[in-house]
Amino acid sequence: MKPFAYVKLADVDAAVHAVAAGSGAKFLGGGTNLVDLMREGIEHPDTVVDVTGLPLDEVDELPGGGLRIGALVRNSALAADRRVRAGYPVLSQAILAGASAQLRNMATVGGNLLQRTRCRYFYDQAAACNKREPGAGCDALDGFTRSHAILGVSESCIAAHPSDMCVALAALDAVVEVRSVRGTRRIPLADFHLLPGDTPQVETALEADELITAVELPAAPFAARSRYRKVRDRASYAFALVSVAAALEVRDGAVAQVRLALGGVAAKPWRAHEAERLLLGGPATEEAFGRAADAELAAATVRPGNAFKVGLARATITATLRDLSTEEETA
Amino acid sequence: MSTKRVETAEKYVGRPIDRLDGAAKTTGEARFAAEHRFPGLAHAALVHAAIPRGRVIAVDDAAARAVPGVIDVLTHENAPAMKPARKPSMMDISSMVSGTSVNYLATDEVHWNGQPMAVVVAETPEAARYAASLVRLTYQELPARVDFAAEEPNAVPQKSSMIFEAKADKGDAIAALAAAPASVDLRFTTPPHSHNAIEPHATIAVWDGDRLTVHEGSQGLAWMRKHLSFRFGVPEQGIRMLSPFVGGGFGGKGSVWAGTLLAVLAARATGRPVRLALTREGVYHTVGGRTPSTQRVALGARADGAMTALVHTSVSRTGRVGGGPESITSASRHLYAAENIHLRQNIVELDLLPNTFMRAPGESIGTFGLESAVDELAWELGMDPIELRRRNEPERDPVSGVPFAHRMLREAYELGAERFGWSERVPEAGAMRDGRWLVGMGVATAYHPSMRMMAHVAVRLSADGGVVVRCGFHEMGMGAATAQAQIAADELGVPLEAVRVEYGDTDLPPGPIAGGSTQTASVAASLIDACAKLKRSVHALARRAPGSPLRGRRLEELTARDGGLHHAGGGETYAEILTRAGRDHLETETKAGTLGFMVRMLRDRRRYVKAASGAHFCEVRVDRDTGEVRVSRWLGVFDIGRVINAKTAASQLRGGIVMGIGLALTEETQIDHRTGRVVNASLADYHVPVHADVPHIDVHCLDDPDPTMPLGLVGVGEVGITGVGAAVANAVRHATGKRVLDLPITLDKLL
Repeated sequence: MKPFAYVKLADVDAAVHAVAAGSGAKFLGGGTNLVDLMREGIEHPDTVVDVTGLPLDEVDELPGGGLRIGALVRNSALAADRRVRAGYPVLSQAILAGASAQLRNMATVGGNLLQRTRCRYFYDQAAACNKREPGAGCDALDGFTRSHAILGVSESCIAAHPSDMCVALAALDAVVEVRSVRGTRRIPLADFHLLPGDTPQVETALEADELITAVELPAAPFAARSRYRKVRDRASYAFALVSVAAALEVRDGAVAQVRLALGGVAAKPWRAHEAERLLLGGPATEEAFGRAADAELAAATVRPGNAFKVGLARATITATLRDLSTEEETA
Repeated sequence: MSTKRVETAEKYVGRPIDRLDGAAKTTGEARFAAEHRFPGLAHAALVHAAIPRGRVIAVDDAAARAVPGVIDVLTHENAPAMKPARKPSMMDISSMVSGTSVNYLATDEVHWNGQPMAVVVAETPEAARYAASLVRLTYQELPARVDFAAEEPNAVPQKSSMIFEAKADKGDAIAALAAAPASVDLRFTTPPHSHNAIEPHATIAVWDGDRLTVHEGSQGLAWMRKHLSFRFGVPEQGIRMLSPFVGGGFGGKGSVWAGTLLAVLAARATGRPVRLALTREGVYHTVGGRTPSTQRVALGARADGAMTALVHTSVSRTGRVGGGPESITSASRHLYAAENIHLRQNIVELDLLPNTFMRAPGESIGTFGLESAVDELAWELGMDPIELRRRNEPERDPVSGVPFAHRMLREAYELGAERFGWSERVPEAGAMRDGRWLVGMGVATAYHPSMRMMAHVAVRLSADGGVVVRCGFHEMGMGAATAQAQIAADELGVPLEAVRVEYGDTDLPPGPIAGGSTQTASVAASLIDACAKLKRSVHALARRAPGSPLRGRRLEELTARDGGLHHAGGGETYAEILTRAGRDHLETETKAGTLGFMVRMLRDRRRYVKAASGAHFCEVRVDRDTGEVRVSRWLGVFDIGRVINAKTAASQLRGGIVMGIGLALTEETQIDHRTGRVVNASLADYHVPVHADVPHIDVHCLDDPDPTMPLGLVGVGEVGITGVGAAVANAVRHATGKRVLDLPITLDKLL
């Protein structure tokens, strides 16, 4: 690991100024991803500004409903929060489906949003990677692609976003609040992560000197009936092959409210707008769920190693919505 | 045993005794190789090649040398030379522990992607590793063959050796297969695997003139020492290797790999004690693993299930710079009374890091093919798979006609079926459900040949009644030392607390390699001999001693118990005998002659077929939507002869089954087909089973002594993993109706 300066600050403005001042400075949260990337020589900041002492570790109720989650709330604390478990079970389930207890105890909400892909060709300096070295090419395209994306991919990059939490946030229309020396701005989660296009090295809408301060969840009464289903290669401690975050409200056999997002299939948490559009107002049947999934996945671009994800995503979407709809009938 | 033995009152053998090293390990008191500290200790880090084959034409180490704390950057341009590795020969077994034939840092040649091409030595591990990342190598690439799937058709027949037979023929199996009323003919593939011991390989090397001390977790101290002696041109007696604790090996610590050699080389070059602890990625790049395989298994049978043909052929790979064949068809030689048998093993050499021993090399993956095919034949015949196996259980070894030393597979299946509730299995596929889960039950046979190696054991009996057993064997966490302490306590009739076992040190009498499930039986045989000699010496002191209750007694009349020798009318403690004789201690050592041992072993192999075996019972649940497989119940019933320690034996078997669940469902070392690079070189990406993947595993041992083995015991390290892959595949077949032929059984194969 390249030697670096370490600063820990207790004031948001001071932290933001510290990073703005140095060109090679980075914010450090729980360090569960950044430190790995530094060890592998992929990230090499001159200075890390530890933000874990900033007063951003509370979950507050918003006037008019919804929650404001401080960026430094630990993943395990957020998953255990009673308001989250009752009002947004999909979020709690998503967090608990990720990583390990030890990692969740360290990882912050802000840091989770900024996780980088676990594509092995990105990590291995001996491999060609456009994300690590723009213009170098992509060894993943014809390599092992089991964990790679099928939606929104480009010839430059097929890496998938690794977060579970963000998939739930995408389904819940979360908004990210960020701060810099230029002030505060709000970015809808849907616009926060970017598709690769020709610039896979640019992964988020965040500027280098911007600090995530909070994530807001709008009021969503129907989200009390929501769930996260993660499908992976072993029972725990593995990234999603496909995951589904869904909330569903059925009235008189018809879909009154639906939110659907997918993980493990794209460079960003994939909000399934097309499927939602088809489902809304239609019958809450397994057949309709399958048709909506097919429509969402019609644009998939697959490789031999990840072609199975289309069928897997369809099956997981259908099963998750089926389970939510049958739960409601019996409720 | 032919050796005349004093009767003993057995007290410890068989019992579930806690591991003697357990407390040291759970409290953190145990010092593993990388944890030792020496004044002036320097730290080394490797620079790995990034191409599969070629030459290094330029080294740019300026940036690395500029890192504060860097002592030296060693490459082929400046490193002192080692002697090249000797050609592997059965005549000198130490030549067989060369992980590769590459003479590291004496050549600019790259033989595999990940080969160490430079070593950075620095004052701290952090500086060494950072500097290593700054060394720039320029290559001239040569064409490389790295894609096993593409090269597999070019395989050539494997040569047979004294130990490994590469083929077998009985009758005309090909013709019998064609004529069989019922048959299956299947092609299986299995991927490469890596050991993933919890302790990554680490070496500390300390030179003092021509004397060398090496701390390293090792499965083969004596052979490794001899290897180092040759490579560095110093006397064997001047080298001491210490390995009191090994954080798992599974075969991966049985050979001399680059890390060991380069730590010793770097210590010599820099004049500093050097610690080289591999990164996890470094282990994947420098320590070989299990070969991938393709296998054809074809079975023919009459309508009553009697097998008329058994064909098993395999292709595995070695590296161009080392590795060896794995006995993939070995279980097929011994398990079924087929009228005609045809076995062949083939090999292809690739430009990859060579394969090496990994838990049940050959049998672990060979039984996947064989036992999956037997199950499929049962489906073909509409017969219960246990019944099919029962009908084909041979009375003698099917190929050689030699008797079995001990064989209890029928009993294992019978007992297992009862305990597991096999009768509740609905024969039709997909008929058993539990909510969203499809439930399936499968069985498969476990089989691993049993062998012995040479071991020299010294036993010292002190006047205070204490016993010290000394042998340079290896404790990798399996309870090896505890088992020997139990045996010594029983043979000498002393409390377990009175016995101390010294191991893991080349200053001790040389032990066997901890491999091939041979260590416990090999050490036990010599230990029992040594204890017998010791008792004769004690008896010799007592029988003429005036006043001794043993005076005039013959050895045959005596029992070793209560810390001494006794007969019905009285007896005396060892302490009393030694004290009266004015002896501080007595010591004996059993030394086995190499040639005589080999001759006896080969003769023994012609007289009996020896093995550990067992029956696996597996229940799986398969998600009907996503194809996710979860193992929900497991029972293994094993014939491992006499059980020495019920706790550690069960734990060994359970560990094998856990590793087998990984082999069945999740594990694969992904090697890029273009570059030969290991892609998933981390524990996050190479999926060993986690706790949530492993159900309660019920292990039962039949505990019936094998009359041809010391104390009737048969080694237990490897048999547990054999058959596991097939048991899972067979349960999945029952749950879903799908036969998966390619490991691992990932969900995409079931969608």
